[in-house]
Amino acid sequence: MIETAQMSERALTRGLTHLDALEAESVFIMREVAAEFERPVLLFSGGKDSIVLLRLAEKAFRPARFPFPIMHIDTGHNFPEVLEFRDRRVAELGERLIVASVQESIDKGRVSEEPGNPSRNRLQTTTLLDAILEHQFDSVFGGARRDEEKARAKERVFSLRDEFGQWEPKAQRPELWSLYNGRLRKGQHMRVFPISNWTEMDVWQYIEREGIEVPSIYFAHERDVFRRDNMWLSTGPFLPNGPDEAVERMVVRYRTVGDMTCTGAVSSTASNLADVIVEVAAARITERGATRADDAFSETAMEDRKREGYF
Amino acid sequence: MDLLRFSTAGSVDDGKSTLIGRLLYDSKGIFEDQLAAIERTSRRRGYSQVDLALLTDGLRAEREQGITIDVAYRYFATPRRKFIIADTPGHVQYTRNMVTGASTADLAIVLVDARKGVLEQSHRHAFIAALLGIPHLVVAVNKMDLVGYDEAVYDRIQDEFSTWAAKLDVHDIQFIPISALHGDNVVTRSLAMTWYQGPSLLYHLEHVYIASDRNLIDVRFPVQWVIRPQTDEHHDYRGYAGQIATGVFKKGDEVVVLPSGKRTRIKRIETFDGELETAAPPLSVSMLLEDEVDVSRGDMICRPHNQPTVTNEFEAMICWMADAPLREGARYTIKHTTRSSKALVEDLRYRIDVNTLHRDESATELGLNEIGRVKLRTSSPLLLDEYRLSRTTGGFVLIDETSQDTVGAGMVVRAGPEPEASEAEVAAA
Ligand SMILES: Nc1nc2c(ncn2[C@@H]2O[C@H](COP(=O)(O)OP(=O)(O)O)[C@@H](O)[C@H]2O)c(=O)[nH]1
Repeated sequence: MIETAQMSERALTRGLTHLDALEAESVFIMREVAAEFERPVLLFSGGKDSIVLLRLAEKAFRPARFPFPIMHIDTGHNFPEVLEFRDRRVAELGERLIVASVQESIDKGRVSEEPGNPSRNRLQTTTLLDAILEHQFDSVFGGARRDEEKARAKERVFSLRDEFGQWEPKAQRPELWSLYNGRLRKGQHMRVFPISNWTEMDVWQYIEREGIEVPSIYFAHERDVFRRDNMWLSTGPFLPNGPDEAVERMVVRYRTVGDMTCTGAVSSTASNLADVIVEVAAARITERGATRADDAFSETAMEDRKREGYF
Repeated sequence: MDLLRFSTAGSVDDGKSTLIGRLLYDSKGIFEDQLAAIERTSRRRGYSQVDLALLTDGLRAEREQGITIDVAYRYFATPRRKFIIADTPGHVQYTRNMVTGASTADLAIVLVDARKGVLEQSHRHAFIAALLGIPHLVVAVNKMDLVGYDEAVYDRIQDEFSTWAAKLDVHDIQFIPISALHGDNVVTRSLAMTWYQGPSLLYHLEHVYIASDRNLIDVRFPVQWVIRPQTDEHHDYRGYAGQIATGVFKKGDEVVVLPSGKRTRIKRIETFDGELETAAPPLSVSMLLEDEVDVSRGDMICRPHNQPTVTNEFEAMICWMADAPLREGARYTIKHTTRSSKALVEDLRYRIDVNTLHRDESATELGLNEIGRVKLRTSSPLLLDEYRLSRTTGGFVLIDETSQDTVGAGMVVRAGPEPEASEAEVAAA
């Protein structure tokens, strides 16, 4: 008897990896949201984390359609490769895409661009909150991970936002076992982070295992870049280089995908997933540290933006 | 590669942050820019060396006060395992955070300062680990450098702690003498403590056997969501989606759906990647059943010969997490697996002193961070197992009906009404 029990246990354990455990947890979280909220939405940036969210949604809800639409907050400063990817991916999935445009928020006078700061990262917050209100979304899936940044290390999987979209780190609900509390008071909404427990490495390993396509800018390619704030930025219509900023043609890739004006490239020859994974394993700088100008301002930059309602 | 979740608890200044910083640092879980940021902060504060403890203090308020006040999650991996650390604060006023971190942990590290020995708070940390059903405990006796790496000091602490822990329901305790600051026995075996024959902390974390911690006997599948494509291709398709809580499901198994009690068989176990012949925790799958039975969220699929208790009444240990106390007669929303109901606190049996384990039966309320045993009644039946059999089907939360906040965490001790007093007892009374 005992022998059979042990054998079957070994058989069941074999082949079950950390990725299987993470995937099962994320799928559980997505189904909880579908069941407990009236109007969820999935934020899609075109980046690898939200691409993984789409795969997890397939795992959670197929053969039915997703019980929510996909939403892209379009800063207007996109990498063309990413827009092309977004439209193709959404079409393949046969799901509904909503595009909320920062340019529209600017045109309507909801926000204005800071003189001298080409980044629209901060402005996205208003566009997002307006879209949440307009569509009456009560829950928003995001692809944030706790290993990205230290304020996030303490954020809940179900992260409550008040009427102003703000996160209150001191008033977070206890989150135990896999019992997520999705109850809202009037005006509140929930941000939900199904891949909270994944690391950058997990995401890449999963992309490789699943054979998921990602935008080409994640792989090494030639690009005209210049140096600013310790980062390699891509030249382009939204981001002219200054007189002292010499443009060089380099072989680079991106570790994150965001607003072109504040997402830096890293010098790299990693041209396929296997190379990228080797590079991530050896990397000694966090992906946000390497490639996000907006986090470098102050030690608490992320925490401040999150409190304001950022992703 | 598999996954180990562990929690850490220690009193202020026992060296918990230093230990975690060292584990991350030595396993290359710290990045250069994070290191540069804490170097700057350390310099600004006039420290002589880099304070690795700064790595694990996330939020601004905490940085200002210099203490960890919420659960922070950390990640690192070695070639053998991926680790998720729930880093929890040790003060008695943060018991609820410790309980939260412990709720998902496979292993708990309790830190003891070698100079101070086993204190009341060490008892509390071990008690919480046991209460939350953490199968493996590590007692890390830290700051061995400050007691001259003396074996006698370590032995005394080990004896004292073991004697006390015998009262608890913990089966695996590993003691390890360490110096978090200097790295002794953290990643590699210490040359200063050759008298210690056991593993280094990291070696233990990498090798502790956790596969058998899963309950593969009691077959439970709480239904989360019903997949109904409503397309021509999948016309009558109904997939009951959820995550397997405990036990092993096989295609063709006879099952019972609770609470209705309807019996049927498993037609298929499906995932996006195809059908499975068998499925075990922690997989998320969807079940297709032979017969058209009415199944919805909150129901549970089990085996006919091994069912949870379907009941409105039960007793549980509760850790209270809100400022306003729990009182007898109060009503809350209860969330247990995927099922919610209203719950009434019928009786507070006792409050437990988490330091001494003394039971105060005269208690009339449970305040913030207090733990006690209560009797609850719910408006609709729950499908309960005792927590020691299954964290998933034995754990629940209480939610305040006004604020909608999570105010209590509960662990089922006895499912069902009190056993009837025997005739002899009645006669004696
Ligand atoms: N000598 C010595 N000091 C230590 C050791 N571990 C931690 N410390 C020091 O003890 C103090 C408190 O450590 P910290 O990690 O902040 O404690 P926490 O409050 O438990 O997180 C700091 O000054 C550490 O440098 C150790 O093993 N030996």
